[in-house]
Amino acid sequence: MAQANPSIPLGGGVEEVKKKSKIDSNNTLVRVAKYTGLRIITLGITVIIGIYLTILIANMGGYVDEIRRAQIREDVGARVAGNPTMRNLPAEVKRQKIAEMVAIEEKRYGMDQPFITRSARYLGNAIQLNLGYALKMNSNSGSKLVRNILLERLPPTLLLFATADIILFFISLFFALALSRQYGSFFDKVLITLTPLSSAPGWFYGIFLILIFASMLKVLPFGGMVDAPPPKTPFLYFLSLMKHMILPVLSLAISQIFIQVFSWRTFFLIYSSEDYVDMAKAKGLTSRDIERRYILRPTLPTIITSFALLIIGIWTGGPILETIFNWPGLGRTFYQAIGQFDTPVIIGEAVIFSYLLAVTVFLLDIIYAIVDPRVKIGGESSSI
Amino acid sequence: MKSLEKNFQELLKYPSAVVGLILVLVLVAISIYAMVTIPYNEAIILWRGGEDQWYRNPKYALPKWVNYFRKDKLPESIALSTIDHPEYKTVETNEDGSAIITIEIPFEYNYEILPVDLMIRFTSNFQEKAPFISVSWIRPDGEKIRIKNLSISPKQDYRVSQDKDLQKKLGGNKIEVGLFTDYKNDPKTIEKGKYTLKIEGATFEKDSDFDAEFIAYGKVAGLGGTDHLRRDLIVALLWGAPIALAFGLLAAVGTTLTQMIIAAFGTWFGGWVDILIQRITEINLVLPFLPILIMIGTFYSRSIWVILTAVIILNIFGTGIKTFRAVFMQTKETPYIEAARAYGASNTRIIFSYMVPRILPMLIPQFIILIPSYVFLEASLAVLGLGDPTLPTWGKVIDEARANGALFQGWYYWVIEPSILLMLTGLAFAMLGFSLDRIFNPRLREM
Repeated sequence: MAQANPSIPLGGGVEEVKKKSKIDSNNTLVRVAKYTGLRIITLGITVIIGIYLTILIANMGGYVDEIRRAQIREDVGARVAGNPTMRNLPAEVKRQKIAEMVAIEEKRYGMDQPFITRSARYLGNAIQLNLGYALKMNSNSGSKLVRNILLERLPPTLLLFATADIILFFISLFFALALSRQYGSFFDKVLITLTPLSSAPGWFYGIFLILIFASMLKVLPFGGMVDAPPPKTPFLYFLSLMKHMILPVLSLAISQIFIQVFSWRTFFLIYSSEDYVDMAKAKGLTSRDIERRYILRPTLPTIITSFALLIIGIWTGGPILETIFNWPGLGRTFYQAIGQFDTPVIIGEAVIFSYLLAVTVFLLDIIYAIVDPRVKIGGESSSI
Repeated sequence: MKSLEKNFQELLKYPSAVVGLILVLVLVAISIYAMVTIPYNEAIILWRGGEDQWYRNPKYALPKWVNYFRKDKLPESIALSTIDHPEYKTVETNEDGSAIITIEIPFEYNYEILPVDLMIRFTSNFQEKAPFISVSWIRPDGEKIRIKNLSISPKQDYRVSQDKDLQKKLGGNKIEVGLFTDYKNDPKTIEKGKYTLKIEGATFEKDSDFDAEFIAYGKVAGLGGTDHLRRDLIVALLWGAPIALAFGLLAAVGTTLTQMIIAAFGTWFGGWVDILIQRITEINLVLPFLPILIMIGTFYSRSIWVILTAVIILNIFGTGIKTFRAVFMQTKETPYIEAARAYGASNTRIIFSYMVPRILPMLIPQFIILIPSYVFLEASLAVLGLGDPTLPTWGKVIDEARANGALFQGWYYWVIEPSILLMLTGLAFAMLGFSLDRIFNPRLREM
């Protein structure tokens, strides 16, 4: 959210695109494959650093260890109190017994090792999302494994945000092109006036939309993913899902579309003042062709870069949007985990969000490589 | 200085900049007003002081100003105490120290709408034998209704509206209906005029005394309405402004300045320094920003200062570096930098005296545009339940409203008031920033 920076994309781009080079289309596949491999490696390293940082923060000063120790002690105490043979032992013996059991338990969790080795172990586990058991939460299927809880909530999140991103991309592109054609018109001015609306995040508009459409007009649901009880037939299920997705998607759209259309429109305007566009016009090409070949094509890499930043911003705000709309995804689980102070789930959430960000960047990188023929392997021009 | 004046003149040509500027000034004025009229400590007491601070307010009451837009006025709360009005109380002391105390609390009721709740709070002091009292209600037409006889403890709240016996006596009607309307007839119309609450009591010891406070909870209270704890929202609405502004401003200044300096160093020294900074920026971009903040909030501290520091640290290598770098790259090649290098200026001198000033025009709009995102970030954390526990902020009001089902129950004022303030803050800085961007960066102005 705080990272979404409206004027970033204006930095480079213009000069870069001018030097067009011809590359064989057969070559594209090899190029993209090489590029992809390299990106996987760099992003992999990035994700590992990210996850390690997450662990460091979660365990700065051994705080999480402390929680774990306290929990072990409590568990052992409860076990001793619940065990009739132990309960009746003399106090001194009992205390000793408890200390022994605590030591064994701590060893079992690897708490006797120094932090560096421990954190390396945590890292290995965290990368596989192998974060043990949740303290309080459990998945719908009843599992208490953090991995199961998180993987179960992943599809709804992907569904919601992928839909929103795709819709946002095409609508923004359409309006940006349309407005760049009629620069200075009434609608253009309206857009410029509305751009500041993008300073508020999606969840904020979500509250207003719920207020208007769910609470006052009562036409759309307050939240959730499907009606309760879920409809029987797949078709009705799909319809109900659509109905529940309208408001979250709309609130994301309202919060992002104006700034997106504005900045893309500005790109298009910059590019349409290039000499080669004038040349194309002089040749008498239709405006449709000019737009497609001479404006859209060279701007696509820049547009994808700015879109990547947008998606990263949207991911960042995800937990709150899901919470507001009661969407049963990762974000709402995060919120619940915070409320219940379920440490393993909180750390798992941070890890899975690192993955999501990396995968997003990776996917967009591939698209970038496909649309931008200048991508050099390992060169400076990697998009993000 | 002159160029600044010129820029300001130009700024006034943009309507959105003027509106933005006015809004910012209004917000600053609200902040100053809040800090002057409700000093920090008082605000904290008003917001977190406990029941005793708020018991006079009704729950979930609309703000008072809604009455200006309504034909049928909503009742305000009536709170009358014998401590504030000693004239309501007459004491007849007997020789043995016991006394007959008569309290008559008169009040006018001229609303078309019933109050929500009635309560009498008794405070008394005695050694062994508690005072015994009988409460009655006198209507404008003179009809007297016996409400209850009871012996009171040192501090006792008698919730009239929840008295089942009284309800039976009033023909099964709701207490307010029974007391304020001519409930035996249909339709039940409210009798307007002067009501009196009469409390006759006897104390049985020397120096034993009691006081009573009558509260008829209305449907409107304060300028901001009240929440589930009967708190007046205006405290949080007013105090949210300085907190939001301070957080947004400090975070924006902190991140833009550090980003700019790092970008300047990177471009100036080039080589591995630049590459390293670029790589760190890329890694930073993929770091889950909000989840890390959430972890810090849950595991360590929810103090706004800790969160602010964390935000700045996490954004040191933010995306802004790329923008600044692009500009610095051009600046680096300009002749005057070459000249500086030729006369032997030190690296730091070139960076801070020649390169950084060059980028300031770009920096200012950048930084103003960033402010709203941090204001909303603070609100976002509050909505996740990670707001600073002591401070009254807009985000926390929204969070509490949501958590208490304000949207389901139709208590819209509770959500809308803080939201509108947040929105105005966001719009103000965004409008100003976008206009400044167009003035300082002429490339955009043509567009």
